Amino acid sequence: MNEDAVIRTEHLGRRFGEVVALRDITLSVSRAAIFGLLGPNGSGKSTLIRMLCGVLAPSNGTAWVLGNDIRTSPEAIKTRIGYMSQKFSLYNDLSVIENIRFYALAYGLAPSRRREREQAVIDLVGIGDYVKRLASHLSGGWKQRLALACAMIHEPEILFLDEPTAGIDPVARRDLWDLLFQLAHQGVTMFVSTHYMDEAERCTKVGYVLSGDLIALGEPHELKSLPQVTPPGTRRYAVSCDDAPSALARARNIPEVRDATLFGTELHIQLADAMSPQTLVQRLKSHGLSPSPRAGASAPAVGEAATRESHAEFREVQPSLEDVFVTLSRARSRSNAA
Amino acid sequence: MRGFWAIFLKEFAHIRRDPTTIFFTFLVPVIQLTIFGFAIDVTIDHIPTVVMDLDGRQESRRLIDAMQNTRTFDVIERVTDDESYHRAITSGRARVGVLIPAKYSDRLLLREQAPVQIVIDGSDSQAATAAMNTMGLLATELSKARAKSFGESLQLAVARNEQGHFAMPIDVRPRLLFNPNLESAHFFVPGLIAIILQLVLLFLTTFSIVREREMGTLEQLFVTPVGRGGLMLGKLIPYALMAFGELLIVLLAMTEVFHVPIHGSLTLLLGLSWLFIVTVLGLGLLLSTLARTQLEAIQFSFLVMLPSVFLSGFMFPRAQMPIVIRSLGNLLPVTYFVEIVRGVILRDADILDLTPSILGLSACCAVILTLSLLRFRKQIA
Repeated sequence: MNEDAVIRTEHLGRRFGEVVALRDITLSVSRAAIFGLLGPNGSGKSTLIRMLCGVLAPSNGTAWVLGNDIRTSPEAIKTRIGYMSQKFSLYNDLSVIENIRFYALAYGLAPSRRREREQAVIDLVGIGDYVKRLASHLSGGWKQRLALACAMIHEPEILFLDEPTAGIDPVARRDLWDLLFQLAHQGVTMFVSTHYMDEAERCTKVGYVLSGDLIALGEPHELKSLPQVTPPGTRRYAVSCDDAPSALARARNIPEVRDATLFGTELHIQLADAMSPQTLVQRLKSHGLSPSPRAGASAPAVGEAATRESHAEFREVQPSLEDVFVTLSRARSRSNAA
Repeated sequence: MRGFWAIFLKEFAHIRRDPTTIFFTFLVPVIQLTIFGFAIDVTIDHIPTVVMDLDGRQESRRLIDAMQNTRTFDVIERVTDDESYHRAITSGRARVGVLIPAKYSDRLLLREQAPVQIVIDGSDSQAATAAMNTMGLLATELSKARAKSFGESLQLAVARNEQGHFAMPIDVRPRLLFNPNLESAHFFVPGLIAIILQLVLLFLTTFSIVREREMGTLEQLFVTPVGRGGLMLGKLIPYALMAFGELLIVLLAMTEVFHVPIHGSLTLLLGLSWLFIVTVLGLGLLLSTLARTQLEAIQFSFLVMLPSVFLSGFMFPRAQMPIVIRSLGNLLPVTYFVEIVRGVILRDADILDLTPSILGLSACCAVILTLSLLRFRKQIA
């Protein structure tokens, strides 16, 4: 499996003076995979990407990108990867085509290949109607497409995207992911950092970084069935109720409830098998839930636990990636505190 | 050197898109040149003067006319009482007061010494000095004329010239070299060329790099195979060419509009200009590694520009500066270049005459380039 890896890191770490930005990162990404790097702001995602791109030297360990050691041959990496930063670093006072031409020249493409590639990336992101427009006059979504076009001009084998969808409208976000899937299908490896959980669900492999540590790594379905996330003897349920916030407070007082999180009007509860979900719903009700004024007006609930005073229904659920990361983060902060 | 052409061509695309760069580079220098060339005139004349003439006869009128004729003084008020006389000075309406006592004419006729009181407002030291010198000269001339007519009436003379006329015993014959009409434009305009060249070059290069850092495109460039050399030269050379074009325009304006001729070798001047351009490019590069935002870039540039204007000898003669201040000026490359430009343009100085300045400028160049290259390399590594 590792022979196929286009990115491989071993105990990779980086310090900025006293501050440890990344610690002991060991991971591998295989060709044509979509690797999602998750984590809160300031957790070290950008630092990792910048090291893999060969613009930041590691303090510890090393990594190989397309077989090149990032410490010794960063220049060999640069011609074979593409990089799109958070800010879509474009020249705002240049037109779309001028931006694309600049990168074609900067990557040293031969004159004959340049024209062909320029057209190819314009077609790829579909920006043909705007080639003469100044980059500053493009909307966020189109800027992002232009940045992608520039990053793809030299047909890179790996594309690093640092929070490519931050601040972009949902349609543009969906469109970008369609493009990324299309590229992955053509054999381009994607290394995407994000903090959108729905984006993480689309990745073939995800890693979760928390204050410099890689605390989870694997395919989404693997992570969801991790024993630390749903320990043996517990199950996860989604319970919907109309006064979810106060139900959450009550649920946390029940010893069999190992974890409770609010998702809109639903509670996601990790419950020990010792208590049945029906009992849980009863318990949530029996704590003197006063009927909310709007309760009578809402549609009648179908679950066993429906009453006139409070509506609650439950179903067993798989943990989402968010559940996974929340559980792992909490476990970690508990072990740090201990 | 990889990526040089990509960056080089891109910089020209930026310049083409940005009219303020072009305006700043080519028009502002000409405007500055006009201001300094025409508006700054250090010869002092038409000093407002108040006269209190208590004599009021032929001799006192002759004195007042002679004062007016120097054009240094403008009689704006004639008063007859002490109160108005002092008011005119303290209110600032007049800078010079002339008090001719009542018996002025009588004393002269009796061949007694006739005092004239001159009050000068010393707050503007240059005007005061000019007023004092002119009055002294005027009194000497008038006294000389009186002595001459007296001497001739007695057929006596302390000295005679070739024609046998009465003359001063010592004949001083000053000859002004290089700037015979003492026009201040001749002194200021060549120095201004150096100052403007530095201003334009420093701002253009510092901004072009800091802007990329601020927009994040510099980081994007580091991910491309563009090399350090290609990046640096690609960014600097376009602005060096622009600055050189600007230099030619300013030189043309100097000779054609201000009629300041270039006495020395144009080739020497342009050659040494390139030494200065390279030095300032290095300085711009250095500032761009220090400033993180465009605002900081402005502040750093002013930190260089202000001493350049005041300490380089462009405005004030360096010979009169205290040694500490003068040594500070020695650290500025523009100090040497002002000297070079004035030397070549005004005095027809050749390479031998300019050796100290050329050595100084070369030393600045070496130090600045080394520092900026080290910092620039370290920063993008």
